[in-house]
Amino acid sequence: MTELLQQVVDGLGRGGIYALIALGIAVIFGVMHLVNFAHGELITVSAYAAYGLFAAGWDWWLVAPAVVVIAGVTSVVIEFVAFRWVRGAPDFTMLMTSFGVHFLVQAGFVMYVSANFRQFPRPGWIFETWKVGGVSLEVYDLLVILFTLLTLGATYWVLQNTMFGTSLRAAAEDFDAARLMGIRSDRIIRGAFALSGLLAGVAAVFWLMRSGQAGPTAGLSPMLKGVLAALIGGLGSLPGAVLGGVVLGLAEVLLISHLPAGLVGLTDGIVFLLIALLFVFRPQGLITVRRAERV
Amino acid sequence: MLEVESLTTCYGAIAAIRKVGLTVRAGEVVCLIGPNGAGKTTLLSTIAGLLSPTGGKIWLNGDDVTDWAPDRMLRSGLALVPEHRRIFADLTVHENLMVGGVTKASTKRAGLQDQVIELFPALGSKLGTSAGYLSGGEAQQLAIGRAMMAEPEILLMDEPTLGLAPLLADVVFNLIGTLRDAGLTLLVVEQNAQRILEVADRGYVMRSGEIVLDGLAPDLLARQDLFDAYLGRSTDPV
Repeated sequence: MTELLQQVVDGLGRGGIYALIALGIAVIFGVMHLVNFAHGELITVSAYAAYGLFAAGWDWWLVAPAVVVIAGVTSVVIEFVAFRWVRGAPDFTMLMTSFGVHFLVQAGFVMYVSANFRQFPRPGWIFETWKVGGVSLEVYDLLVILFTLLTLGATYWVLQNTMFGTSLRAAAEDFDAARLMGIRSDRIIRGAFALSGLLAGVAAVFWLMRSGQAGPTAGLSPMLKGVLAALIGGLGSLPGAVLGGVVLGLAEVLLISHLPAGLVGLTDGIVFLLIALLFVFRPQGLITVRRAERV
Repeated sequence: MLEVESLTTCYGAIAAIRKVGLTVRAGEVVCLIGPNGAGKTTLLSTIAGLLSPTGGKIWLNGDDVTDWAPDRMLRSGLALVPEHRRIFADLTVHENLMVGGVTKASTKRAGLQDQVIELFPALGSKLGTSAGYLSGGEAQQLAIGRAMMAEPEILLMDEPTLGLAPLLADVVFNLIGTLRDAGLTLLVVEQNAQRILEVADRGYVMRSGEIVLDGLAPDLLARQDLFDAYLGRSTDPV
């Protein structure tokens, strides 16, 4: 029982980060029908920003909020520079654009910074553990769970209690009907990218606290996990994205804990197989999304 | 008030509507009838800004509004109740109405909602209900109410009775009369030609993407050959 509790805490810590990334991907998919494979670049940019800020003498207390803001701004800039030109284009065109941004940002860092990973300090205190009833609670996991809940709570509040949030949910359900109601597509898309970027920024803080390094491919793994989580939850569903992130995090930890030592390396592959199995029975993911086709 | 001049809209290489012209004067109820696939929905979607025309002009109150975005059209006083209602099923009735009033000051929205509830009392007790749980009639009322939140000068309605039971359809036709009496200008696409011609002032008949006939509603209603040639053999709803 203690062992299971331990794994659940670990899984929630891991799943919380996936949930934040997946939620950002789901927000963008909702308003643009775009699976944004450039979402990971927000974490890549955040990583290099963190590296630069540490080099300038900042510490984590300042770097963390700065990274969140930088990710939010970067997301809006990417929308302005790349995606606004292909709005209304077929979904495939937007998908290719997101791949283009993904590779361009990577190539930019390789060419103008370095292909090698750059290290920066990790906050040592987050790896301290507390023993509660036989369960080792790592400060890091508790922080991730706490901040994930706070961030999701704040996001939920914005989505439910502000006109921007209501408009965003309306646009996510039926973008053209929302435009017919007078919702400005420019504002709602820019707002969606800003929200998505801020969520990625919070996720990036915790991802970078653990990894302590910046590199051209720093965002690749979190982006893939986020896309998977969004798919598991039901692409475009905001609660589904959170659920998918938690399920993915728990599945990974449980597999790592229970697989024979020789098979632990296959964890990601087995997770993919399980997801494929899920889609056989529920192609729409865990939560079904009602969405109108565009005119 | 609304003038459409030689409007053409294409899907790829195929013209869905060709050189369509029509006029709607202030305070009129004008209907657009015709068989399925005639291009009626395409015409309304183009006027409302959801589709870009490949040719022609749209004038609203004397301004050239051709190819304006839907939100700009709404701010200029033209609202569309789209086909299949397209209410936001995951939002509550109240939230749907608030989205409908997004172009209005936040202080004004509550008053506008009260006016809509006065028009559609059935929605009053369901403000907190998810719109996806409404009956067909209630959903149609919400779709119209949501558009009314923007206080449009001209309302375009695309198949407002589609999928409704005859009794509920009667409510919608009565409502069209009420809206006209309230001074609203209406352009209505409707499959039930007989019923809409009974409440409209004028009508246009579309077929294969073109306007093939127009006239005063009573004159069109009296022409049995019109129903035989363009709208099916009987005057019953299609």
